[in-house]
Amino acid sequence: MIDKLKLVNHVEAINWNRIEDDKDVEVWNRLVNNFWLPEKVPLSNDVQSWNTLTEQEKLLTMRVFTGLTLLDTIQGTVGAVSLIPDALTPHEEAVYTNIAFMESVHAKSYSSIFSTLASTPEIDAAFRWSVENENLQKKAQIIMDYYQGDDPLKRKVASTLLESFLFYSGFYLPMYWSSHAKLTNTADLIRLIIRDEAVHGYYIGYKFQKGLENASEERKQELKDYTFNLMFELYENEVQYTQDLYDGVGLTEDVKKFLHYNANKALMNLGYEAMFPKETTDVNPAILSALSPNADENHDFFSGSGSSYVIGKAEATEDDDWDF
Amino acid sequence: MSSSLIYFSSVSGNTDRFMDKLGRGGDRLPLRKADDPLRATEPYVLVTPTYGGGVEGGAVPKQVIRFLNDPVNRSLIRGVIAAGNTNFGEAYGLAGDIISSKCRVPVLYRFELFGTADDVDIVGQGLDAFWQRLS
Repeated sequence: MIDKLKLVNHVEAINWNRIEDDKDVEVWNRLVNNFWLPEKVPLSNDVQSWNTLTEQEKLLTMRVFTGLTLLDTIQGTVGAVSLIPDALTPHEEAVYTNIAFMESVHAKSYSSIFSTLASTPEIDAAFRWSVENENLQKKAQIIMDYYQGDDPLKRKVASTLLESFLFYSGFYLPMYWSSHAKLTNTADLIRLIIRDEAVHGYYIGYKFQKGLENASEERKQELKDYTFNLMFELYENEVQYTQDLYDGVGLTEDVKKFLHYNANKALMNLGYEAMFPKETTDVNPAILSALSPNADENHDFFSGSGSSYVIGKAEATEDDDWDF
Repeated sequence: MSSSLIYFSSVSGNTDRFMDKLGRGGDRLPLRKADDPLRATEPYVLVTPTYGGGVEGGAVPKQVIRFLNDPVNRSLIRGVIAAGNTNFGEAYGLAGDIISSKCRVPVLYRFELFGTADDVDIVGQGLDAFWQRLS
């Protein structure tokens, strides 16, 4: 399994007072400021709400979360670590260690949710499902294969697509529950994960683009083709996986819009234009607002008619407020 | 009425790319402290990314704060457009809200990363209407 993963063969003491790429420091600080642990989220407040779900809904939720656990485990144990040997700066290496650790925190946080809401046999059954589900295993296998390949930029593409696209068939569900005022504390925890994944996808995508900067046109084209091919391969499998999970509750089409929307963002993180047209990315407004209360049209001037826009109450500011 | 745009974009270049697609020019704020500062000379709309992902400060890039710290620059701002990512929840485009409340100008629009073709269309048309309304 690990025959093609290598370690950095030369290390020098990392000097954070000599920075080659400001982005490394900026992202490190951002990740540290965003640090959290599942113990801080009052998950037990969701017990009552959990008991209002049907057996089918509970099963779906457990399966979605073991699916997410698998992806976070891959990213923590293999994905982020596999990027270290090809880092352009020592600080980039350090950022990947931070990302790897946080992915392990994410993976563990699903177990916190499980132990709060479900019984041991239910938990064990859900983990068994994650081993046996074909589409979930295929998704893991596709990504693992690329992580073990020889091309460092292709690894970054696979990693960005995992961070920015593959999680979202799962993230949909807690946003859906949250929009129905269910499992709201669990949703708060998932929002913290979603926030982290955005920074991870942004950073790895940035380093990918940086690596492409001096490449030949031929090489650029190769990586673009590769990215879109991988996206199609993953998307096809993702649709199957979504049907497996969500057909029973009638949400598949709604989830697919969320997939398209996030696929576009994953491509943008890699510097490519969005692929799915507007008609296929019109995410259910309830889901979007569960994700971000600022995302609806009444929060800016240009969207919709603009007439409903209210300028926020102005603060009295002193010149000092602007002194940095 | 002028239709000037001033923007900040970090080395990742997302906002710069949006401005490029918008095709209306615009002056980019300097990245480094040592660079010559930019002085606004006419009314403008500011386009800025949002940093941080949290709600506890750091959302407005330092370079933008430095620029707005100049009272002349602050007096000429007419609106703000904020880039961001909905993954940041209530902090999505937060830089726009902060600048809006401090400078008493509207958040004109939010877009994610470097914006889609639709975002570019909406902002282009929106800016035309906005400047007309102000003139």
